[in-house]
Amino acid sequence: MVEKIGKRLYTFLIFLFLYAPIIVLIVFSFNDSKSRGVWAGFTFKWYIELFKDAGILRALYYTLLIAALSAIISTIIGTLAAIGISNMPGISKKIVLNLNYLPVLNPDIVTAVSLMALYRFLRLEFGFITMLLSHITFSIPYVILSVLPKLKQMNKHLAEAAMDLGATPFYALRKVVIPEIMPGIITGGLIAFTLSVDDFVISFFNTGKGVSNLSIEIFSMTRRGINPVINALSTLMFISLMILLLIINKRTEKNEIERGELR
Amino acid sequence: MRMKRTAYPYILWIGIFIVIPLFLILYFAFTAGNSQDFSSFEISLSNFRRFFTPIYLKVLGRSVNLAFISTIICLALGYPMAYIISKERHKKRNIMILMFVIPMWMNFLLRTYAWLTLLGRNGFINFIITKIGLKPLDLIFNDKAVLLGMVYNFLPFMVLPIYSILVKIDKNLIEAAEDLGANRFEIFTKVIFPLSIPGVITGITMVFIPAMSTFIISSLLGGNKYNLIGNLIEQQFRWTGDWHFGSSMSIILMVFILITMAITSKFDKEKEGGGGGLW
Amino acid sequence: MKKIKSIVLFVLVAVIASMLAGCGESKPSINVFNWGDYIDEGVLKEFEKEYGVKVNYSMYATNEDLYVKLKQGGESFDVIFPSDYMIERMVREGMLAKLDKDNIPNLKNIDKSFFGLDYDPDDEYSVPYMWGTVGIIYNKTMVDDVVDSWDILWEEKYKDQIIMLNSQRDTIAVALLKLGYSMNTRNIDELEEAKAELIKQRPLVWAYQGDEVKDTMVGGEAAFAVVWSGDAVAMIRDNPDLEYVIPKEGTNLWFDDMVIPANAKNKEDAEKFIDFMCRPDIAAKNADYIGYSTPIPEAIDLLPEDMKNSKVAYPSEKEIENTEIFRDPMDIVVEYDRIWTEVLSGE
Repeated sequence: MVEKIGKRLYTFLIFLFLYAPIIVLIVFSFNDSKSRGVWAGFTFKWYIELFKDAGILRALYYTLLIAALSAIISTIIGTLAAIGISNMPGISKKIVLNLNYLPVLNPDIVTAVSLMALYRFLRLEFGFITMLLSHITFSIPYVILSVLPKLKQMNKHLAEAAMDLGATPFYALRKVVIPEIMPGIITGGLIAFTLSVDDFVISFFNTGKGVSNLSIEIFSMTRRGINPVINALSTLMFISLMILLLIINKRTEKNEIERGELR
Repeated sequence: MRMKRTAYPYILWIGIFIVIPLFLILYFAFTAGNSQDFSSFEISLSNFRRFFTPIYLKVLGRSVNLAFISTIICLALGYPMAYIISKERHKKRNIMILMFVIPMWMNFLLRTYAWLTLLGRNGFINFIITKIGLKPLDLIFNDKAVLLGMVYNFLPFMVLPIYSILVKIDKNLIEAAEDLGANRFEIFTKVIFPLSIPGVITGITMVFIPAMSTFIISSLLGGNKYNLIGNLIEQQFRWTGDWHFGSSMSIILMVFILITMAITSKFDKEKEGGGGGLW
Repeated sequence: MKKIKSIVLFVLVAVIASMLAGCGESKPSINVFNWGDYIDEGVLKEFEKEYGVKVNYSMYATNEDLYVKLKQGGESFDVIFPSDYMIERMVREGMLAKLDKDNIPNLKNIDKSFFGLDYDPDDEYSVPYMWGTVGIIYNKTMVDDVVDSWDILWEEKYKDQIIMLNSQRDTIAVALLKLGYSMNTRNIDELEEAKAELIKQRPLVWAYQGDEVKDTMVGGEAAFAVVWSGDAVAMIRDNPDLEYVIPKEGTNLWFDDMVIPANAKNKEDAEKFIDFMCRPDIAAKNADYIGYSTPIPEAIDLLPEDMKNSKVAYPSEKEIENTEIFRDPMDIVVEYDRIWTEVLSGE
């Protein structure tokens, strides 16, 4: 009994710790003052201003655009790479996997400055393209890491059997391999999307021409005082995320019941 | 076997975006000259000589120290949490894990900044403390605030990998241990914990690296009073424009982390090539 | 499966469509690079509407930040807003383009006293945007002493009540002024002394902040902060307990000017933009929004009463008698870097 209460309390405290700042964000999105220190009454005005704030909306647009593009591109390249890697002989497999680990293990500031050096060396103009390329670069390893285990679980002979039966490699890939590893691909894509949305350091060093994502916008705000408009935006994003997750949860539950399986 | 060709685009990508940039950084680190003019470079160790002086070593020491402490705290807080979650029933378990992931979808700068509102002199925590008649505390712009920021931001990176290993532990193993008369403490120390070590190692890696290299947490919650190595690198590239010194510090940071990881993974006897336990 | 495929396809189409939409407009554009929170962004829209020129707007935090970005290349800007000493340095290094004054008729609106200053003696490169001083802002409810000297920032009893600027040039200048030296000193011994002063002060300092100091002071969390006068105006507006003083040892008088980099791609529209910013109604909008002091008298007349009469934003001649303008540190800029790193890294 004591143990149970202890566990509950511990869980509660940890979640309180995780969510306290988020509660603060949400509460202060209704605060009728620009300053973070003072509570000056309830207002909706930041939500109205949000839809008039061209700077933040543009940053939101770039954030989502880059996240979507980099997720799609890195998922495609990463999935193909994972399939290729799993078919490689021992040594080259090891080399590629270790190289693949580099961006994961490298501190993001090192990745950021090394990419910055590359673009300068290639004389690329900093802007949308450099930011996108950087995001793809740090996303692919995570896609590979989430697809590889699924490939390992898959029956190796499946694709061979398909090809023995006359399927072209491409056809076998499309009809046999890809469906088999789909959960891994989706996880990989979601991770890529999340990483891109949340990235600050790498974007910060590799953007230009007024292209900025939400993180960069927020960073410059932390220096001049956070505009509550951004709190309003976060609240909206938080709520829509919650709704989305609830829907997904409900649907998978329904599916599971329909299929009569509980994993 | 023909399918290995599908990896070629990525190998090309690795070459351009991972290998070449690292060589560029290495090149910058071991040369000196005007960063803006490639032709003026000459081979030199002066950047490293400059780094290995008390003032910079102190910064490195402080970064290691803070990263180390925050990793320990994350482990101490995160392991029990992961354990508790893994013992819950399927549905509740999934919801709890989701609740760990959701905060990561909110911008981390914003979440860190929100701590200022909580910890500030006139912040929420002090408001409560003064309400119950105690003297307000100085909670912000010190080492402890930086540590709190690190633990807050990186705790999920500790919990998730440990959890994903713990749920996969074969129940039969535990039952077998019970049948053989092991008590709960023994089951934990002899069966569960050893099996969860790969998750612990992934967790340590995922916390230690960002904690070691952050420059935002120290500047937001530390009031710019506590330079970490991440701050030094940022300053060299952004304000001072000395790419050579900045690069050499990046290399030092990288080497340091790789060594730490090599030591940590020594403890992981059953390491497998793929290391898919990251997520 | 089908569903996922169609979702991916949908996203792809949407993304490509929006990209094409973005590329479709081939309006002329200028890249403007300014300090954070240093313009009324509505003004940009007005400019876009009136001139049919698109403005790509981005921001930096310090003069050094701006300089490095410019030097590193990879990005070209058409209008930037450096301060006095940085203009001097950029001119010296040939980074700026000479202005064609025929394209900037509104120059006539600017007060004559802003011309012929040391950093651009012949006014060939720069047009003043805002100006001000550096001083101490303090909370009257928390301080009983008379605040009239930089020395108060070294008072033991105000430990953890002091906020210094997170800007190397300004903070080193405060220490130099306290010691009675010129803030443009080129004497390394004097700079070393300033460093020692700052290291001595460090345990008393609560934080080194930039613009975020506004929140801290308005929220009443610290007693003192070193700030730029324009920020002081904005802070006093939000918290009347605050007061701004220029210490008796003197201070820095600074100017942020609009200039065009030598490698600008659209110099003509950049000059139009500068001209537009010198129009009294536009200058007034900016000055009102950010709280800083405009060099255009007609614009001052358009400001609300409290700002027009603000002693902080528009001090009398006597109050700014004892001021100095930053000069380009030239070769000793590396000393500044070193000193600042050592101050922030020391214990």
